[in-house]
Amino acid sequence: MSEHSTTPGTGPDLTGVENTVGPTSDTVKVEQAAAESERTSHGGGLMSGAFGRNIGLVVALLVICVVGVATAGDRFASVDNLVTILRLASIVGVVSIGMTFVIISGGIDLSVGAIVALASVWASTYATQNMAEDTSWLVMVFVALAVGGACGLVNGVLIAYGNVVPFIMTLAMLASARGLAEIISERRTQIVRVEGFKDFWSADVLGIPLLVVIFALVAVAGWLLLNRTTFGRRTLAVGGNPEAARLAGINVKRHTTLVYVLVGVCCGLAALMYLARTSTGSSTHGTLLELDAIAAVVIGGTLLTGGRGTIVGTVFGVLIFSTLSNVFVLNNQDSSTQAVAKGLIIVVAVLLQQRLARRSVST
Amino acid sequence: MRLRTTTSRQKSRRYPGLVVGAVAVLALTACTGSAEDAANDDNDSSSDAAPAAAAGSNDESGDTVTIGFSAPAADHGWMAAITNNVRDLADQYDDLDLQIAEGTNDVNLQISQVETFINDGVDAIVLLPFDGAAMTPVALKAMEAGIPVINVDREFDDPNAARVTVLGDNYGMGVSAGQYVCEQADGNTDAVVAEIAGIDSLPLTQDRSQGFEDALAECGLDVDARQAAEFTVESGEEVASNLLQAEKKIDFLWNHDDDQGVGVLAAIESAGRDEFTMIGGAGSANAMREIQDGSGVLKATVIYPSTQGADGVKLARLLVQQKAMSDLVEVEVPREVQLFAPVVTADNVDQYIDSAFES
Repeated sequence: MSEHSTTPGTGPDLTGVENTVGPTSDTVKVEQAAAESERTSHGGGLMSGAFGRNIGLVVALLVICVVGVATAGDRFASVDNLVTILRLASIVGVVSIGMTFVIISGGIDLSVGAIVALASVWASTYATQNMAEDTSWLVMVFVALAVGGACGLVNGVLIAYGNVVPFIMTLAMLASARGLAEIISERRTQIVRVEGFKDFWSADVLGIPLLVVIFALVAVAGWLLLNRTTFGRRTLAVGGNPEAARLAGINVKRHTTLVYVLVGVCCGLAALMYLARTSTGSSTHGTLLELDAIAAVVIGGTLLTGGRGTIVGTVFGVLIFSTLSNVFVLNNQDSSTQAVAKGLIIVVAVLLQQRLARRSVST
Repeated sequence: MRLRTTTSRQKSRRYPGLVVGAVAVLALTACTGSAEDAANDDNDSSSDAAPAAAAGSNDESGDTVTIGFSAPAADHGWMAAITNNVRDLADQYDDLDLQIAEGTNDVNLQISQVETFINDGVDAIVLLPFDGAAMTPVALKAMEAGIPVINVDREFDDPNAARVTVLGDNYGMGVSAGQYVCEQADGNTDAVVAEIAGIDSLPLTQDRSQGFEDALAECGLDVDARQAAEFTVESGEEVASNLLQAEKKIDFLWNHDDDQGVGVLAAIESAGRDEFTMIGGAGSANAMREIQDGSGVLKATVIYPSTQGADGVKLARLLVQQKAMSDLVEVEVPREVQLFAPVVTADNVDQYIDSAFES
């Protein structure tokens, strides 16, 4: 997968038009101003800049792997351990792919963790499971995806047509979806007892756990969707400059809605993966998942202001986090040190990306 | 149709990444909010140390045992003490190689920690699950891989998923608190009894309240006012303020949890109430200091041992070294150990204060 193809190419300068969909806080304006001034000091091609960003991610992941091998040796560099890392990455990964689209479109979704919780609970209630036992476990799959999609639809419609700022709308969804999950489950953990579901979802495909396969498929599908379809190009356009996108004939409101439905469906899928991995549905599933997903997307080089971002970068971002936490466990580090180190590594990764990007821009 | 954005606009946005990175740092570190508390606990850890058991042949150094330990995030004084006690225990045995995984409230991450232990081929896994049912599949996987799992505090939903289970006694806590109230009421069946519970939907809270109710019924008392808080200082303060407003005269108040009790005591103080006897729960060090001091309303607390994790590790060590609990005749480590929930009052507080946890 090449980074080059994810860049939308050149076009007329439309930066003057205010972004009306994305976050419009003061910080964003300051960032834009800072970015403006930097633009004047550097010429050069965008391609190389974007390429540099991914080089930074590769370097960061390699460094973590080298640390892993150096400190844990074969315990790190084994197939079993690789599978463990990928399994950990898969749930966050699926959500992060969806989140990438939302952020590229200039929005944000803080409600992903809560939607995962709600979908996992809804798909594992007595009623749903009874129906699934009478018919097919696909009922649970349908319920989870439908609940996720419906939450995304509510987010999207209110953001696009109700003009609620994404941050606020999804914050409201975060609170209410988790609250609803608690009401439905009475804050109890619901155990999955549909054998067909458990058998299918815990299976391996050619020795690879199904969860990892799903993550890979979603990543590939996300890459194709972003880089090879009108939907992807529209997402970039809407995030880059919604007004220009509207003038270019894109139905910005409808597109924004669709993007939130997309991330909602990803959350439904992640909920199914939680059901498979834990054999339970719970209102506590996915707690703080939104932060992990946003961090992975941003580390991956997607701009919080929208208009630019890559699926490859997001996948790297997810892998960096899960590999990190694996290396920490292997090295028996306590949680406080880990938290500090994690934060430092985020900053270093971002700085590294910037340096490399700048260097490749100026040469 | 032009669907493209501009070159310059895109490459111009480099700094946001940095800002975001910084925000992410804050966010990530905030996730382990009690890191500081845990560190503080470490500083005065002499009071936290698991009480050294009487030296016996079981404590003599044996084959080195590698134990993986995983527990939820230390976002509560009791939970922080669980992990600290485990660390202190590991320092006491030179044949114990302890691997402690990051404290997390994310079951996905906790599962992966246990998977890492399995890959590593540790000798035993001591697990205090964030959610017992959700950790059952991976615990079963460990047992199938021949690694004994010691389940602490929150039970799996499959008995095959653990070799040993170490539990506190939630129902017993309620019974102990209720019996203490009965004792103090001394036959007065008109006494007004209030209860501030923890998170109401948790089975452990329901067990505690049931035990309390059952014990009170023995002496003809019942709970006149009951509110549920959420194990946090803020929620304790809020719920207690409302309760005190509603009940103008109370004789006994049982608060399930000493962490939220800090807030409850603050509310009592600001309401200027002192006509009743308060009983705490869990057994934090500051609650015990309050009991020792004796001038406030808090006269007793019921212990929910924060040494369960350390007990789990000790049992895991015995299990792997093929020793038994030397005070039992039985030659194997038992299947289940349930800890006692004693009442701490001014009379016996000296006996417990050293093993109490700082909230």
